[in-house]
Amino acid sequence: MPNLLAFVETRAGAIRKAGLEAVTAARGCVDAAGGGEVHALLVGAPGIAARAESLGEHGADVVIVVEHAGFERYNPEATAALAAERIGSGGYPLGVFSSTAQGRDLAPRVAAALDAAIVTDATTLTIEQDAVVVTHPIDTGKLIAIWAIRGTPAIVAMRPGAVLLAPQPRTARIERAQPVSDPASARVVTTELTVGDSATMDLGDAPVIVSGGRGLKSAENFRLVEDLAAAFGNAAVGATRAVTDDGWRPHSDQIGQTGRLVSPDLYVAVGISGAIQHLAGMRTSKTIVAINKDREAPIFKVADYGIVGDVFEVMPALIAAVRAARAAST
Amino acid sequence: MKIAVCIKRVPVMDQRLAIAADGIAIVESGLKFDVNDFDLWAVEAGLQLKEKAGQGEVVVISLGPDAVQEQIRKALSMGADRGIHLQAAAVPPDARVAARALADELKGGAYDLILFGRIAVDVSNGATGAIVAHLLGLPCVTAVSKLEITGGRGRARRELEGAQETVEFPLPAVLTIDEGLNRERLPSLKGIMAAKKKPLDVKPTTLTESRVVVRRLQMPPERSAGRIIGEGAAAVPELVRLLQTEAKVL
Ligand SMILES: Cc1cc2nc3c(=O)[nH]c(=O)nc-3n(C[C@H](O)[C@H](O)[C@H](O)COP(=O)(O)OP(=O)(O)OC[C@H]3O[C@@H](n4cnc5c(N)ncnc54)[C@H](O)[C@@H]3O)c2cc1C
Ligand SMILES: Nc1ncnc2c1ncn2[C@@H]1O[C@H](COP(=O)(O)O)[C@@H](O)[C@H]1O
Repeated sequence: MPNLLAFVETRAGAIRKAGLEAVTAARGCVDAAGGGEVHALLVGAPGIAARAESLGEHGADVVIVVEHAGFERYNPEATAALAAERIGSGGYPLGVFSSTAQGRDLAPRVAAALDAAIVTDATTLTIEQDAVVVTHPIDTGKLIAIWAIRGTPAIVAMRPGAVLLAPQPRTARIERAQPVSDPASARVVTTELTVGDSATMDLGDAPVIVSGGRGLKSAENFRLVEDLAAAFGNAAVGATRAVTDDGWRPHSDQIGQTGRLVSPDLYVAVGISGAIQHLAGMRTSKTIVAINKDREAPIFKVADYGIVGDVFEVMPALIAAVRAARAAST
Repeated sequence: MKIAVCIKRVPVMDQRLAIAADGIAIVESGLKFDVNDFDLWAVEAGLQLKEKAGQGEVVVISLGPDAVQEQIRKALSMGADRGIHLQAAAVPPDARVAARALADELKGGAYDLILFGRIAVDVSNGATGAIVAHLLGLPCVTAVSKLEITGGRGRARRELEGAQETVEFPLPAVLTIDEGLNRERLPSLKGIMAAKKKPLDVKPTTLTESRVVVRRLQMPPERSAGRIIGEGAAAVPELVRLLQTEAKVL
């Protein structure tokens, strides 16, 4: 079994959970196929090398660190050129990426540069004698496709949350490498990165997502959703299209057919009807909770635990109860 | 402004999809189809840019069987100037294949902007635009949710998870359009009449070999039937107990 390359996504100098998931997915692939090494590619501004060791804990045998001031913010062209060159020259049959907003931008560029076949948003990944096999939800999750990718290299981006993180510690060898193109000469330049409030986590990383719908009635009332997310302590805030269309929340929070696809451990739907287009983005969540005053709302058909009630009555009680439960457990 | 928009015919998603007897295709008979959502926003973006520039052309291109002409006509009835149908009986899920065919058509077209949807909701890959950009040697910005074009340069906003990026780029460029940029206009009756007379070139197209092969389609695992555990705030303690003991997420 040859070695695989995993690209480690970072943001603002920190490794994202999806980056660890890419390493874990590559590890799982290699182990199931009977050996081989996982090489993690970690690209960032000077200082990013300090994060390399944590990748060993998640199964990387080698961490290739590329530090350059031009990687302070996401630099799509220079990063893609670098990843493609590494995969090509390293003879890796498979490059594993993350199907986050950034990974969905990066992975196709890398595939294009290598004339490699690409599948994004994969939920499982295995490697066979002459093919890489992925499962990949299609038609907004109504069907699951099992696809074989023939020929090498193959590029696969994993759906965030689809890979279960488990420690598999080893001491990774650290190697240094250089960019292959001048990051300063890229045509596409990220001039600004605005990170939302840090009280809650982001949708790509969070094990818990608390999502609000039109049942909250106004932007101000979204406080209830934020407060519940804060009470969990490891939660992100999501929204329906009704809410993002009304401008109560940015479009980046939208979950569904035309928004983000998420699979957290827990998804709490607050005042959400459960339209098919919304379910498309969250029905693979492990546990779903719904709070809605309409007993007939379709969200209850997919909810493991439903409460029929007014969000303005239920949410304050739930926020207090979750806070208390967490206080008691720490 | 000369703008090309690549549009894909996809099944409408609020209907039941069934797997054909061969296990690798969906049953298409009786299905409703439409233009991919994101591609409608790309068409709208193209129309608005042309209107703002005061002159130019919006060309829509679709690769697929003859049925895609229905989607091209829809874009023409929204206001696009002409259509190109790249004729191929079936398009495989390998984005390289569609990208190659589209790039061959786009190359030499002298477009200022080539617009794609962020993702096609049927195969859900979101890769075609970036591959076309590479084949044409053009800069590419994906998932654009805000866009300004001035004097041969563009500035776009991209939405990440819990964050936003501003990206600057020179024209000509390839962009993939996300939700949030606009809502598409409805074709007017006049637009529908005019579309019938607009040029639609049909070009037989040979596709390269697909390296992504469908092994099997399956239905997603059924979720266990929903369970209502109670009413109002009184149900909260039971919910918290279940989250702790059964779901083990608290
Ligand atoms: C092409 C297309 C793409 C789409 N993509 C998406 C997508 O990506 N994501 C998405 O979310 N939607 C999407 N939609 C929209 C989708 O069809 C629904 O319109 C939307 O999800 C509804 O949002 P909602 O549940 O917040 O609002 P509503 O459907 O209005 O539901 C509000 C719910 O709140 C409940 N409620 C009201 N008051 C209270 C109260 N006081 N206490 C408790 N409950 C209360 C109501 O009973 C109701 O069930 C798309 C639609 C189309 C056509
Ligand atoms: N057969 C096709 N014809 C025209 N455009 C296409 C076709 N397939 C994909 N596209 C374009 O590429 C985008 C992304 O598709 P995909 O990479 O398949 O998710 C779509 O939103 C369309 O803009």
